[in-house]
Amino acid sequence: MASFTNPMAAPRSSGPATLAWAFVERQTNLWKRYWAWELVWLVYGVVNTLAITFIAKEVEQAGIAGARDANDLVLFLLLGTLVWAYLSAVLDDISLVVTWERWEGTIEHTLMAPVPRWVHLVGMSVFGVLHAIVRTLLIFAIALPFFAVDFSQADWVAAAAVIAVGSLSIAGLGILAGVLPLLYPERGTQMSFMVQAVVLLISGVYYSVEVLPGWLQVFSYASPATYILDGIRGAIIGGDSVGEMAGTLGILALFGVLLVPFSVFVFAVAERWAKRTGKLKRQG
Amino acid sequence: MSRSFGPDSPETSREAEMEQQALRVTNLNKYFGGGFQYRKLVSWCLPVTANPPAVAHVLQDVSFEVGRGEVFGLIGANGSGKSTLVRVLSTLLLPDSGSVEVFGHDVVSAAGSVRALINRVSADPSFFRNMSAYENLLFFGRIYGLTPGEIRVLVPDVLRRLGFAEELAAEQMNHLSRGQQQKVAVARSFLTSPVMMLLDEPTTGLDPRSRRDVQRFIRDVQRDHDATILLTTHDMEEAEVLCDRISFIAGGRIVASGTPLALRERVARGRPVEEIDMEDVFMELTGHDLEEDEAPAEVAAHG
Repeated sequence: MASFTNPMAAPRSSGPATLAWAFVERQTNLWKRYWAWELVWLVYGVVNTLAITFIAKEVEQAGIAGARDANDLVLFLLLGTLVWAYLSAVLDDISLVVTWERWEGTIEHTLMAPVPRWVHLVGMSVFGVLHAIVRTLLIFAIALPFFAVDFSQADWVAAAAVIAVGSLSIAGLGILAGVLPLLYPERGTQMSFMVQAVVLLISGVYYSVEVLPGWLQVFSYASPATYILDGIRGAIIGGDSVGEMAGTLGILALFGVLLVPFSVFVFAVAERWAKRTGKLKRQG
Repeated sequence: MSRSFGPDSPETSREAEMEQQALRVTNLNKYFGGGFQYRKLVSWCLPVTANPPAVAHVLQDVSFEVGRGEVFGLIGANGSGKSTLVRVLSTLLLPDSGSVEVFGHDVVSAAGSVRALINRVSADPSFFRNMSAYENLLFFGRIYGLTPGEIRVLVPDVLRRLGFAEELAAEQMNHLSRGQQQKVAVARSFLTSPVMMLLDEPTTGLDPRSRRDVQRFIRDVQRDHDATILLTTHDMEEAEVLCDRISFIAGGRIVASGTPLALRERVARGRPVEEIDMEDVFMELTGHDLEEDEAPAEVAAHG
């Protein structure tokens, strides 16, 4: 144990990146212990992807669309389910960690550590993004052999750029969703599903936003998921390059720049309220 | 006009005072409950509850000071406000009025500085139960800025001093006994070399041997590392063994303070002080039996 002879904190060498990485390590250790749950979510993700994408095959068999259109529809739905698997995993992860910490009672120890809140939240978000990427790639790899799809047009670099830039704003949404279990320990996670459901409805996951009633389309412009889906579909189905996608990437970057600080601010306000009212005490 | 920083300047004496004074609590008040009634907004369709949540005054004008290197005991029955006070000192609760300074840093306006100086052990050893003891210690060490290498060196040393078998560190927390979990909780807090330790009933529920292990460790750390310790307990024997000074808390108020001997003398009235039981001192000065739970204000207020 280090000696402390002055009334000052023991010297620490860790910078923000190292401190944030501690949360990634912790989550990795936790997920290793809950590998069976990971398997459950993987199976669910694969089955969900297949079940929805097979709708396109039905459309082809019923003669509603020609083979070329059906291929595009398969890709449209496949990409929709995969992007949704990714987005929902990031959103789930962050609110689940807060719920978990409340349930275990460790939230007090985490919040009283000398880690700036933004570093703490960025660490949780980084794990959420990495974890979601791994899970989505596995779902993609398992689901792909079920469909004969043509990727000859795809610009994978542009797709990766959309995911990279879009993840910032999704992390912001995830942090906002994480505020709910911080404030409402018993029902917060279920309330965060409501956020996901709204994003699912308005963002054009399984259909283009143009089919929505006019008043709902207005909300779809306010969802970063709309631009992520547009960008991914543009890159994979339409073959759009990074340059052609500059507008979408710019909008996503703007969402990220606004949403991340805003969500950290909202989390800090919620934390302050929880400390004012004594809500951080262990529940359950 | 130039400011003087000589040996007798106000700045120097303030710094010297801060050096010696680890904790200063001044007129601290905390209330729970009685929040805004949202139902009033929709009273046309939802009945407003007939009995709105009561306001509980959990800490009432609490004031005390703890010197650097001192072991200060806070003794009170369950529900007397001890844990609420520790939560305020830990920056986990915001006071409604009054101030708390840890080595001169305010727990509200300079919470980040305070967090770097303190750590806390609570009666409930909260951990990620499916992670191993070592993985838990690794995480909590890391967020206090320790490197994995430092943690690898420190963990076996701290666990050994607590009488915790090192090989158990690889076990999941939910496979460990209550006493073993509490020792890991103590290790978690001391691992980070805090200048001030907030020990909230650290030995509650431990078997006698584990209790002795933890008490010996606390004494060793205080002696060897100049740590300031605030200990809450309802174990009089523990308080007498470990504490330099004691305050009795009842109903959210500090009702008496002093060394164990001075507190005995206050109620001696001619009797030999060594014949006076500290539990009797507590009862006489607070009007409560230590074993008798007070109304848990925090719970009552939250319903």
